[in-house]
Amino acid sequence: MKQPPLDAVVRLASWGSTLLLLSLVATVIGFLAFKGAGSFSLELVFGDTPPLEALLLRRPVFGGLLPAIVGTVSLVVLAISLAVPLGLAAGIYMAEYGRGRIQQALGLFFDILAGVPSIVVGLFGFSVAVFLHRHFGGRIYPCLLISALSLAFLVLPYLIRTTQNALEALPEAVRLTAPALGATRLQNIRFVLLPRALPGILSGVILAIGRCAEDTAVIMLTGVVASAGLPRSLFSAYEALPFYIYYISSQYRDPAELATGYAAALILLAICAMLFAAAALIRQRLGARSHQRL
Amino acid sequence: MDGERLAQKAFLLAAVLSASVTVLLLAFMVILGLPLFQGGLVFRILTAPWLPGRQLFGIWPMIVGTLAIAALALAVAFPLSLGVSSLIAVVAPGRIARLVKSAVAFMTGIPTVVYGFVGVFLLVPLVRETFARGSGLCVLTAGLVLGILVAPTMILFFSDALARVPRSDRIAAEALGATPAQVLIYVLIPGAWRGIVTGLVLAAGRAVGDTLLALMLAGNAAQVPGGVLDSARTLTAHIALVIASDFDSLEFKTLFACGILLYAFTAAATLAVRRLAGKEGPAR
Repeated sequence: MKQPPLDAVVRLASWGSTLLLLSLVATVIGFLAFKGAGSFSLELVFGDTPPLEALLLRRPVFGGLLPAIVGTVSLVVLAISLAVPLGLAAGIYMAEYGRGRIQQALGLFFDILAGVPSIVVGLFGFSVAVFLHRHFGGRIYPCLLISALSLAFLVLPYLIRTTQNALEALPEAVRLTAPALGATRLQNIRFVLLPRALPGILSGVILAIGRCAEDTAVIMLTGVVASAGLPRSLFSAYEALPFYIYYISSQYRDPAELATGYAAALILLAICAMLFAAAALIRQRLGARSHQRL
Repeated sequence: MDGERLAQKAFLLAAVLSASVTVLLLAFMVILGLPLFQGGLVFRILTAPWLPGRQLFGIWPMIVGTLAIAALALAVAFPLSLGVSSLIAVVAPGRIARLVKSAVAFMTGIPTVVYGFVGVFLLVPLVRETFARGSGLCVLTAGLVLGILVAPTMILFFSDALARVPRSDRIAAEALGATPAQVLIYVLIPGAWRGIVTGLVLAAGRAVGDTLLALMLAGNAAQVPGGVLDSARTLTAHIALVIASDFDSLEFKTLFACGILLYAFTAAATLAVRRLAGKEGPAR
């Protein structure tokens, strides 16, 4: 059998695909930066409203990105504060208490939930809103709270798994020291295991924040709208950055509005990049520390 | 000791509550979509075309659209990912590999809507002008961008799987005089096939479950696409588009059929991945 110059072919193919992929990503980022960087200004965020008055809530902001940014931030804060306590507790159960069949079955459920498409979670949230609307006095519509709840479901399995993995990765020596000195199981978790696993858990939480900030499919079914002003309450409709970007891409009326779309995309990209960098940094320091220990 | 028991109960409760969300999601869709399962209606819905004007609410076009776009995305992403992970594992290990790997990991953090936005204003015009046909919103455009979206998932799994092949296998092959490329093709890839299939299945789940790229780039025509330049609508995009209709209409009820299908597909993918990983032993 005649051999082709196999090494050269493999080398070419792998370098080729790597350069292609990286240049595609560079194109995406470069294109946004090129088109969006020009339109950054106070007006971009605050529209025609004077910034100070907008921040003091004296005057509503129209035409600026402020409502979308505030909407996304409140959505993320709400969703994460709903999901983190539950996710952490369930993760602790999986790592420290769960044994045998029950733990396996729970793990299966979390894995399935992790794979469910976000639009299906959104459909669930929407149906829940309609259900509540019909059965509880008709005052509940798709809103900030429903969106946050749906997003919490979306990132829940992820939080559980990172918590579980962070705890299970602790070395046996760390795990056994406190009980040997007479600490109870709960004391061991509270004072030894959780603090030691915190960096791992934290980087998981940060990545979950990123997922909440970028998700569009869930919120477009559960209460986000193109124009709502600042979110007034948990039960009101709201604006959000990713939805604004989606909306502008199909509904923009003039070049100026399109430019705000580019800028919004750039802002969202920057937020997600920073979150990603923060998570990576925490994990890196964690890696350095455990290396030192060994 | 009472606090101990209470804490254990609370942790268990949290775990059970979280797991019940998985069940609740499916139960809600099945119950609300119940009218669909009566009198063979579900069969008609799965196979009929979508012609609301003639009271035909079939989701067959959306099933085909989903499969077409996801298949194209995987066909684009698979060779690309294999190439990149080969570079990481064999061709350029060390600093370059670490650099490429962190770039790929960073890609997982790029918002989908950003890919979609750039796709609308960069790729759509390009496709439109290159093929001089249609609006540029088509299966091809959505599939290409979706391929870039799912590639990192594949690459991270592939390169992990390649790195997990026992070192001894690799050294044995090298001792017999195998070149790096021969090691890759005859030792690493066969040894890592389970991880490669796992990555592929996970990427398929992501491709089928993605809403935004298809919604923004595929044109959303509720028809069976005849080619890659035709507009198509995915199950996910269909849910996003029909959500505004009347909750009690049959039209709306079909969304639950879409939701159940998507749920079933991704759950099956998850089960497949767990089976594959389970056989691999303690290394997860």
